[in-house]
Amino acid sequence: MASTITEKILANASHKKEVAPGDYVVADVSYTMAHDSTGPLAIESFYKITDKVFDKDRVIIVFDHFFPAPTVAGATMHQKSRKFVMDQNLSGFFTNGVCHQLLVEKFIAPGDVLVGADSHTCTEGALGAFTTGLGSTDIGGAMATGKCWFKVPESIKFNLTGSTKKGVYTKDVILSIVGDVRADGALYKACEFTGDYVKNASIASRLTLCNMAIEMGGKNGIVEADQKTLDFLGGRTGKIFRSDKDAVYADEYEIEVEDVEPQVALPPVVDNVEPVSAVEGKPIDQAFLGTCTNGRLEDIEVATRILKGKKIARNVRFIISPASEDIYFAAFEKGYLQDLVTAGATVCNPSCGACVGRHEGVLCEGEVCISSQNRNFTGRMGHPKAEIILASPATVAAAALTGKIVDPRDYI
Amino acid sequence: MRAWKFGDDINTDVITPGRYTVTTDRKRLGEIAFIEYRPEFAKEVEEGDVIVAGSNFGCGSSREHSPVAIKAAGVSAVIAKTFARIFFRNSINIGLPLFVCEDADKIDDGDDIEINIKTGEVRDKTKDIVLKAKPLPEFMQRIVEKGGLVNFLRSDGYDNV
Repeated sequence: MASTITEKILANASHKKEVAPGDYVVADVSYTMAHDSTGPLAIESFYKITDKVFDKDRVIIVFDHFFPAPTVAGATMHQKSRKFVMDQNLSGFFTNGVCHQLLVEKFIAPGDVLVGADSHTCTEGALGAFTTGLGSTDIGGAMATGKCWFKVPESIKFNLTGSTKKGVYTKDVILSIVGDVRADGALYKACEFTGDYVKNASIASRLTLCNMAIEMGGKNGIVEADQKTLDFLGGRTGKIFRSDKDAVYADEYEIEVEDVEPQVALPPVVDNVEPVSAVEGKPIDQAFLGTCTNGRLEDIEVATRILKGKKIARNVRFIISPASEDIYFAAFEKGYLQDLVTAGATVCNPSCGACVGRHEGVLCEGEVCISSQNRNFTGRMGHPKAEIILASPATVAAAALTGKIVDPRDYI
Repeated sequence: MRAWKFGDDINTDVITPGRYTVTTDRKRLGEIAFIEYRPEFAKEVEEGDVIVAGSNFGCGSSREHSPVAIKAAGVSAVIAKTFARIFFRNSINIGLPLFVCEDADKIDDGDDIEINIKTGEVRDKTKDIVLKAKPLPEFMQRIVEKGGLVNFLRSDGYDNV
C-alpha cells in the first residue's frame, strides 16, 4: 500500500509493516519533552504510574516559558521540575533556549517520534520526524512507558512552488496558508510541506512552516529529510522516510509563493490574516522578535539589515529573544546583537520571552504589539485589551524603526 | 444541568490565560476558568453544568490546565461541534467526557439539558428536543472507563491495545 511519510514513521515506531489513517497504534517514542509550564503536571501524573523514567537520556526538560523565574509561583514550579531532573538523573535538562529549537539542535533526527508537552512540538517535524504536541498526562505516561498511543492521521499535502518576491519571507507564506486553510482546516491531520520552495528553503524556514501547522489544527508538520537536513544534523543519524508518489492525501493545496505579499494576522485569532497594506500606518507600542516561530539567525539578520546604523522610534520598545544560546552566540559573533542594541533594542535571554505573557515584555491595556511569534490570542501577552499582530521578522523590524506598521519592502 | 454556551475557536488562552496557569492546584484552576473572557462563569457555574460550544473548542496551547480548570469548576461534560486535537486527548486523559454534536448550535445559553453518557443522547428540556452526539471510539472509552490515562496504564497498560 502506498503511504505518506507520517504513516511510514508511525508504522516503523509501532513495529507494523504498514498503517492506515484511522488506525490506533502504540508507538515507541524517541524522546519526550516537557517545559517549565507543563512539566509539573506531567511529573505528577508520572509518579502516579511509576517511579522511574523509561530512559534517562530520552526524557527532556526545558525551562523556557518563564526562566529565570519572574514570580514566587514560577520559582516553585521550577523547584518541582528541577527536583524531578535531579531525582531521575536526566541528562537532557536545559535553561538556555526555546524547547523546540534546542530539540532540533541537539536531539531530533529523521524518522524519530517526539512527543512534547507543548502544542508547537509540530515544529521539529521539519527534520523529517513525526513530532507532535500533547498534554501533561500524555507526557507523564510516555515518560513512564516510552510509548504513546496515536490515531494515525490523514495527511494534507501543501505543495509550495516558486520563490517569494524580495522582502517576502516564509512567515508571510505560512500566514497566508493559515488564512486560507483556517484555524480548524487541518484538524487532526498531518501537514506535509513539499515542493521546490520547501526544498530550496533553509532549515530555519522549514521550521517556521512546520511550527504553524498547529494553528490550522494540525497534528504534526513534516518535511522530508534531504542533504540539507543531513548537513544540519552534523553527525546525528536517523532513518529517512519518503512519501510514496501515489500516497493518498485528504487534501492537496497548490501554492505559488510568488503571489504572496507581506502578511499580518490581526487579533484575536491566527487565521484573521490580511496583507500588511490593510493596517499600514497603525501605530505600535512594542515589537517582539523571537520564539520557536522566528527567533533564528536568519530572522535576526534581516532585522539587523533594516536597523543597522538607525534608531528605533522613541515611543517603541523593541524586544529580542534569540531562540537558543547557539543562535545568541552566532548573532553576537556576527555583530547583529551589537547593531540592534545600538539601534535601541533590548536583548533578553534565549527563551519564549514575551510571547507567553509571563515576563520580559508584558502589555498593558490598549497597547499594540507586532511580533514574529505564532499566536495573537486575546490576553496572551498581558492585558486582554492589548492587541497582538503577527508578522515576519522584517515587518516587525520595520515597525520598530518607524513606530507603525509599514510594508517592510520599503526598508530593506 | 445548565448549558453554558460558547462560540467557535474558544482557545486555551481564553479558558486559562497563561499568566494564571503557574500552578497545578486544581481548586485554584477551577476559580480561574474563563476569568477574563467570561468572569461570571467560575462564580456562577454549578456542579454538573455543561459547556456547549461551536467548532474547534480548546484550540491553541497544549496546556492541560484548560480541561483541568473546566472540570475543577464543576463542569460534568463538554458538547461541541468539533474539538481541537490536544484538548480532546487531554480531556479523555483526565476523565472529562466530551461529546461531538453537529447540532450543538440548537442549544442556547441557559437551557436545561441532560446527557446520556452511554448513548450520547442530549436532551434539551427547555426546548423539548433530543440531539444525537457521537459516542467515543472504543479505545478511548476504555481509558475513560478507567478514569483516565494514569489508571489505564496502571491497570491495563498498552499490552492489549
